[in-house]
Amino acid sequence: MIALLPRRGLAQILALIVILAVDRVVSPQFFDLRLQDGRLFGSLIDVLNRGTPVALLSLGMVLVIATRGIDLSVGAVMAICGAIAASLADSHGLPVVLAAALGAGLVCGLWNGFLVAVLGMQPIVATLILMVAGRGIAQLITEGRIVTFSSPDLVWLGNGSVLGLPVPVVIALGMLILTGAVVRGSALGLLIEATGGNARASELAGVGTRAMILAVYVWCGVCAALAGVIAAADIMGADANNAGLWLELDAILAVVIGGTSLFGGRFSLVLAVLGALIIQTMNTGILLSGYPPEFNLLVKAVVVLAVLLLQSPKFSGLAGIAARLRRTKA
Amino acid sequence: MTPKALFAASAMAALLLALPASAGQLTIGFSQIGSESGWRAAETSVSKQEAAKRQVNLKIADAQQKQENQIKAIRSFIAQNVDAIFLAPVVSTGWDSVLKEAKEAKIPVVLLDRDIDPSGKELYLTAVTSDSVHEGAVAGDWLAKTVGNKACNIVELQGTVGASVAANRKKGFDTAIAKHANLKVVRSQTGDFTRAKGKEVMESFIKAEGGGKSICAVYAHNDDMMVGAIQAMKEAGLKPGKEILTVSIDAVPDIFKAMAAGEANATVELTPNMAGPALDAIAAFKDKGTVPPKWIQTESKLYTAADDPQKIYDSKKGLGY
Repeated sequence: MIALLPRRGLAQILALIVILAVDRVVSPQFFDLRLQDGRLFGSLIDVLNRGTPVALLSLGMVLVIATRGIDLSVGAVMAICGAIAASLADSHGLPVVLAAALGAGLVCGLWNGFLVAVLGMQPIVATLILMVAGRGIAQLITEGRIVTFSSPDLVWLGNGSVLGLPVPVVIALGMLILTGAVVRGSALGLLIEATGGNARASELAGVGTRAMILAVYVWCGVCAALAGVIAAADIMGADANNAGLWLELDAILAVVIGGTSLFGGRFSLVLAVLGALIIQTMNTGILLSGYPPEFNLLVKAVVVLAVLLLQSPKFSGLAGIAARLRRTKA
Repeated sequence: MTPKALFAASAMAALLLALPASAGQLTIGFSQIGSESGWRAAETSVSKQEAAKRQVNLKIADAQQKQENQIKAIRSFIAQNVDAIFLAPVVSTGWDSVLKEAKEAKIPVVLLDRDIDPSGKELYLTAVTSDSVHEGAVAGDWLAKTVGNKACNIVELQGTVGASVAANRKKGFDTAIAKHANLKVVRSQTGDFTRAKGKEVMESFIKAEGGGKSICAVYAHNDDMMVGAIQAMKEAGLKPGKEILTVSIDAVPDIFKAMAAGEANATVELTPNMAGPALDAIAAFKDKGTVPPKWIQTESKLYTAADDPQKIYDSKKGLGY
């Protein structure tokens, strides 16, 4: 049975199943689903819906990390694009709002890509600039207040449903398929991995590494913009101080849980999204458990450690030796 | 006399000579933290209004959330020999030396909104702040009175873990409802003072409490979390304000909008008018030498749907919240 499962991804799937089982224990109604006003309603749907921003961020982040980069600015880009969407929502149609917000994300991505690919800055420093400045830009757009809107089109993006599923979930699924089709349906994914594996060797072999790096940062910016628009649509307002705050770390964590190495050269889109779902399944479980909030971060840290240990080849090697020892004793 | 003091003294003298002879008008320097929240922006605009009402010349220095900027601003106010200094301290420690300089220059300092470390108590005239324990108690008392003798399961959206405001608002509320055996907090989680987290946490509360049918009231440590929670309740097919009572704290404009729509019940105001009482205290101190008490507590006023929420929304929305 286990042999039928993909070897890569086994640890993640196991981790998700274990966390789901724990959620079921702390909250007996965890798997209950019902239809409420034409949309599915239940904790599982909450996991998918609340996991959407990080899942979208991880889609962009995983490509950046595959080139041996990192993008710390995605949380701030979310805030900027959410602020732009909210400011335009009541005076313009949805196409204009989306074009402006995604366009801003694209420009942010270009900026990061320019610093890394053209100026050769260290990715962590280059994107730190926008991480710090971006939130300030978002605050300038909103003038420090929470900009609310009532445009039904934009609200639908956050709270509507398609065939019972929340719109954000459908968007994330669409983005996963689109990204997968582009990078895995062509040689692009391979070129990105080559860039991350050894940029110099790839360059000499004729890979346009500079263009690759620029492209992944741009895509990361666009994904962050989409996440920002959805986050704003969800609360019908743009909160520049808090939108996307620290989500860059969750996105990096999702990618790492998904088995993508921070040293680049290898990546999996599906597993990164699975990583985002693992994080959210855990978060939702913590909220449902009724433990005092002081434990939230502690529980999260322990679970993340366990998931990463499960993936560590050295650790599973040790566990294998221990199992063999036990068997020989018996 | 050190060269620095000499310079300050001569600068002061020069300024004194240069000042126009408008003896009646007070000049007050206000070192504001910066634009950390909508409430802060409202406090700044209300301070301007209150000063204009009393014909006080209020000079506001925005510190951009940095203590060194606040210290610089206070030094420049001392150099300008203002009549009084208002300070909204960004942190509670590290004020001793600059406040001593103000004291030596005989310029009274009034703290707004936040207190400082006890070691500096004799260095300022008075502190105008709200009592966040009392705010929680006002919310709890309202709920106890509204519910009456019915059994009531309350869910609580806490502020950021570790924030003193969150701990105090929890303490005040818990103490107020402890007298009523029929009121019980069944779930309590942090919503980090934000709308998005308030909504997410409320969604989980609804699922954990049988679709929300057993929840009688929601208490949120701030209005923003409540606005998120109201959305979560509506999406779950519940009627906030009717089936589920809501009470929160701060009195930001958007909660009045929800109240006007019948989706929220009560809010306790954290007044942005800290400057008004401070200006009155300074005026009395300057005119008659009345020394105000060390702590001036602002009113924690309760607003409900009976207070014409639409009108309050209209009057508050321009303040910069």
